Amino acid sequence: MLYREAGDFKTSYRDDSQTFPLKLDRMGYWVTLAVAFGVIPFVITDYWANAVLVPFLIYAIAALGLNILVGYGGQVSLGTGGFMAVGAYATYKLSTAFPEISLLIHILLAGGITAAVGVFFGLPSLRIKGFYLAVATLAAQFFLVWLFNKVPWFYNYSASGQITAPERTFMGYVISGPATSASAKYLVCLVFAVGLAWVARNLTRGTAGRKWMAIRDMDIAAEIIGVNPLTAKMSAFAVSSFFIGVAGALLFSIYLGAAEASETFGINKSFLVLFMVIIGGLGSIFGSFAGAAFLVVLPVFLKNVLVGALGWPTDLAAHLELMIVGALIVFFLIVEPHGLAQLWRLTKEKLRLWPFPH
Amino acid sequence: MSPTSPTILSELAPPPAAPAPGTDGYITADGRKIGGVLMDLRHITLRFGGVTAIKDISFDIREGEIRAIIGPNGAGKSSMMNVMSGFYVPQEGEVWFRGAKRPPMRPYQVARQGLARTFQNIALFDGMSVLDNIMTGRLTMMKSSLLEQALWWGRAEAEETRHREQVEKIIDFLEIQNIRKTPVGRLPYGLKKRVELARALAAEPKLLMLDEPMAGMNVEEKEDMSRFILDVNDEFGTTIALIEHDMGVVMDLSDRVVVMDYGRKIGDGTPDEVRNNQEVIDAYLGVAHD
Repeated sequence: MLYREAGDFKTSYRDDSQTFPLKLDRMGYWVTLAVAFGVIPFVITDYWANAVLVPFLIYAIAALGLNILVGYGGQVSLGTGGFMAVGAYATYKLSTAFPEISLLIHILLAGGITAAVGVFFGLPSLRIKGFYLAVATLAAQFFLVWLFNKVPWFYNYSASGQITAPERTFMGYVISGPATSASAKYLVCLVFAVGLAWVARNLTRGTAGRKWMAIRDMDIAAEIIGVNPLTAKMSAFAVSSFFIGVAGALLFSIYLGAAEASETFGINKSFLVLFMVIIGGLGSIFGSFAGAAFLVVLPVFLKNVLVGALGWPTDLAAHLELMIVGALIVFFLIVEPHGLAQLWRLTKEKLRLWPFPH
Repeated sequence: MSPTSPTILSELAPPPAAPAPGTDGYITADGRKIGGVLMDLRHITLRFGGVTAIKDISFDIREGEIRAIIGPNGAGKSSMMNVMSGFYVPQEGEVWFRGAKRPPMRPYQVARQGLARTFQNIALFDGMSVLDNIMTGRLTMMKSSLLEQALWWGRAEAEETRHREQVEKIIDFLEIQNIRKTPVGRLPYGLKKRVELARALAAEPKLLMLDEPMAGMNVEEKEDMSRFILDVNDEFGTTIALIEHDMGVVMDLSDRVVVMDYGRKIGDGTPDEVRNNQEVIDAYLGVAHD
């Protein structure tokens, strides 16, 4: 009844093309942001930050990045783990080499380096598509992880072969290293997630997004109406890798504090992020967040229910958890192949007509 | 050699020339002024392996003209259009556009010279809304950098609004206001054809190429589409090249007609001339072999 366009008139094209055309949506968005920035940092606990919110935000950034490539650009990639590793190792090298420069700048620079690496490994997409491209990006995954394990320069010749995040501060607050508070971790990730989601939205609603989607939907027609496939595909790889690189940098320097290439950034990571994108919804910004939330929160939730509420042994719960998550993924994909974003869209369309659908 | 042509070829007069096309153009029967040569195709030959799809075809398209290409199935009409839009590169022959020979270039570069086209099998972007589809027609005019777009700052937003205004004019012109936010995949066939025309028009082309714009339409839809084609030509002065099977439509709409059969040009001239060309009649109705 409240949720509808009627009476919400747009008098300029600028208003008409805004992200949330409905007033209630706009209010919901601002309330969410206000709670995320104004309430949660003050009440957050270590458990909530480490188990739920920080990984959710980091994976949401990675899913946004992969969604730009797969959902908007129509190019398949299984190299996400490898690209996250580039972001992490680039941050490590930069912040140990130039400790006087802020870590936040290093994280952005690491994103830039990952973008360059992503463009390089995206070159095969000019000639091959679909499954074949997926296999080609798989090469990036294995090569990059191998590189970071084999060349000691990348981990500063440390005996363990690991990289560990040094302590860094921002405006007096510790944001990296073991002494970081839960709210600092959360806020850094939140700022990046919100900022990058805004960037993703800007890119996908404008010229770049139309080029990517044109290539995705029909590459030959796109070329004939004047889209240069080279720049369109390479910009998709660059932007996508930038996001994934930032996610990798945050995962290492803010969340984990230490990383080892093959353990932290293995092929599992690539699949995890790909599942987030598929379950959340291809070609949807909201879907990237929904997918990340689903795959981060669900295991935690199940663990709490099975171990906490039902009192099952931890190892049994861990196995059951895998089976339940798997079954739910299959269930969701059968019910709604276009992901959680589509479910959300359908709900909103029904809500628009409620309570008089005829 | 085509199986329908052989025996009586020698008895035929050469196909009549185009209606006195002086270099400066001519005036049509209904009083429209046709300008100089916009696109000139010279001795085009296109082969796919051993198959010769187009054999030594030459014709020109003049500014402001509606030029039809007709012929039986498999005559090479669509291949010809693909040569014109730069999608195929002919083995022999030259394409001249606006007085300059086209150097080897990719299709997207050809598009930037001012050519736009629609496709026989609709080639819209199904996942995007009608509005976004039509906006893609203007991609070649977008100048803002990736960074400006990312921050929605500077030229990005101004450009978006400015082009949206132009696109809205085309939406009004083609009477598709009510579907502008509908995803293209959900539209019926006839409307998709119209959206595709809108996308091509959005590019403000010098030469608009329509590959069977009326295939699979009923009579009313054909009449609508014919009206749009004439209006486009009339109001924007756009030159139009058209492939069509419906003879009634072709004869009514076009100023000059090229007839193709088995990759050769068998007729070229005004609709009346073509209609009375014996070789064209033979190609369409078949020839008795004795």
